[in-house]
Formats: sequence, C-alpha cells, structure tokens
Amino acid sequence: MNPRPPSPYANPYLAGIGLGLVLLAAFVIMGRGLGASGAFSSTVSWLVNLVAPAHAQANEYMQQYLGDGSTHPLKAWLVFEVIGVAAGALLSGLLAGRAHIAIEKGPRVSSAVRLLCAFAGGMLMAFGAHLARGCTSGQALTGGALLNVGSWAFMIMVFVGGYAAAWFFRWQWR
Amino acid sequence: MAMMTPLFKYGLFGEEFSLLVAFVLGIGFGFCLERAGFGSARKLAAQFYLYDMSVFKVMFTAIVTAMLGVTYLGWIGWLDLGLVYLVPTHLGPQLVGGLVLGVGFVVGGYCPGTSVASLATGRIDAMVYALGIFAGTFVYAEVYPAIKGFVNADAMGQVTLPEVLGLPYGLVVFAVVVIAVVGFWGATKVERWVGGRS
Repeated sequence: MNPRPPSPYANPYLAGIGLGLVLLAAFVIMGRGLGASGAFSSTVSWLVNLVAPAHAQANEYMQQYLGDGSTHPLKAWLVFEVIGVAAGALLSGLLAGRAHIAIEKGPRVSSAVRLLCAFAGGMLMAFGAHLARGCTSGQALTGGALLNVGSWAFMIMVFVGGYAAAWFFRWQWR
Repeated sequence: MAMMTPLFKYGLFGEEFSLLVAFVLGIGFGFCLERAGFGSARKLAAQFYLYDMSVFKVMFTAIVTAMLGVTYLGWIGWLDLGLVYLVPTHLGPQLVGGLVLGVGFVVGGYCPGTSVASLATGRIDAMVYALGIFAGTFVYAEVYPAIKGFVNADAMGQVTLPEVLGLPYGLVVFAVVVIAVVGFWGATKVERWVGGRS
C-alpha cells in the first residue's frame, strides 16, 4: 500500500477556536470543563481493585475513584470523555492520512531511549497532574477559561518547568 | 429570559445521558487536538524550543474563545456561571504540580490528553507514555497518605482571579484577551527569529 502524504496541520487559531467551542459546549451542557488525568485515576483504581481489592479499598486516593461500590469505577464522566478523545483523534488522523504506527522522536535519539523517556515523562506527568488536581485539560484549559486562580498559577508553572527542562532534553527532539 | 444552562445542572438529563455527552464532547476534543498536530510529540515539544509555538496559540485561542463564550452567555442571562464547576485552588501543590508536569511534558513529549490523541493514531511512544501515567498514578496513590497534608494545604476554595485581585470580572476578561493577542504576535515573531537562526 502506498500511503498518500499526510495533510498539513490545521491553522492553530482555527483549531483553537474549535477546541474552545467544544470546551464552551461542555460548560453550557454539563456545567463542567474537559479533562484527562482523572480518567487515568479511575482506570488505575479499577485495575488495582481487580488485582488486590483489599489494598485498593484501603487506599485513600483510590477510594475516591472506587466510590461505595454501587457503580462501576469506569462508569465515570472523564473515562467516557477520554474514550471519545481517542475516537475523535483517530477519525481526524485517518481523514488526514496521519494515523500510522510510529515512534515520535528526533533524529539523534534511539527508539529505546525515547521510549524510556516517554515512560518517565508519563510518570512525572501523572504525579504533577494529581498534585495539581488536574492536567493541561482539566486545569490549564478549563480553569484558564474560567479565570480559576489555581489554574493560572498551575499554567504558568507548566511553562516554567518545560522551559527549565528543555535544554537538558534537546537531544531527544532535534 | 430565565437562566437555562448548564443544562445538566438544571436537570434536563440524568447521569446515564451525561456519559453519552462526555463521549461526544470527547470526540470533538480529540478531533481538534489531532487537527492541531497535537498527536505528534515533536510538534508539542517544539513549543519549548521556540520554533513552533502552536501549543501556546491553540491553548490560548481555546481559552479566549471559551472565556468570551461564558462571559457573553452569562451577560445575556443564558448561563449561570456560578453553577459551572471550579477546581478548588490550593496554590502550593498546584504550583509544584505545574512545575513537575512541565518537566514531564519535555521529558515525555505529551500531556495526558494529547497522549490519548497520539496513541489513538498509532504512536508507540504515546502508548508507553500512557503506561507511564498508569505507573505514576499508582505510585501517587501509594504515597498519597504521606503527602496528603501538602496536597490539601493552602485551601482557598473555588476562587477566580477577579475575586482575588479585587478587579471587575470584565476587566480581567479583557486583559486576558489583550495578553493573548500580544502573545500571539510575540510568538510568531519568536518562531521567525528561531526558525531563521537554525
């Protein structure tokens, strides 16, 4: 199969307006914003509860996501939203010819090191997001639009952290 | 006309239907992220190397769009902004969390939402990144009892910038729009400068 070349990305302002309208729809329809990291908390709590129910139910953090056991832990708003994110991204990627198996990395880094960094970055990200009560979606985007104090403080520090670490990881990207 | 939104808070539908709404909104969210190029770690990381500031442009355009939307809908009385959920502010953990997350962004190349968009379009590094989020979440849950004093410190409740700064809501909204527009102009300048240099 000879894949056609991928389409160029959308204009950032157009994509931003689209994203903003989805966020606005969430405010108007649901009275809440978008998110992502909470879906991971629900999934992890569910998985641990499958493997070691006593341990999960004794854990103060996982308790919040397991509830009283009357509803399935995965029957959560953010879990359904994140499944939608995957579906929407796949749809866009297929339409644009951008959906294919690959490892995203700069030319100077091996795949193994890139994957190791991806795993470590994911761990750091999870820790930061849970400390902050939300990630780039639930805090920066949602709280940014609502002028939430903690969200703006969080957002500024995301850029500070990113720029502070950038030089040390330059080899991974360029 | 009386307030009628948020629809869910006015009881127009129940929990079950809200999950369908979540899925549909998620599709829109994921579609926009992928369109913008945020299924690519290199495109996202470029923000921190200044040669492509799309992350800033998309994020701030989205913030301004939604912010103006809620402001106008609130003004004409269609949206009760008081019923829209605000994540409570805890400055200490949110400042530290943002810093850690920013470092994680550069190390891993994604944030949680964009990693889902990326893994859905077949990126193996995004799948590994998501496994990292699972591992990090598990570790966080395990150490939570030891750090929960810090996590719950500095409780300021649900509070907005206009309230804390003692400024009119409209003025802060206007200031954010001005900052965004100046930021877009500056970001494009920086992109040209860095792009021309390398």
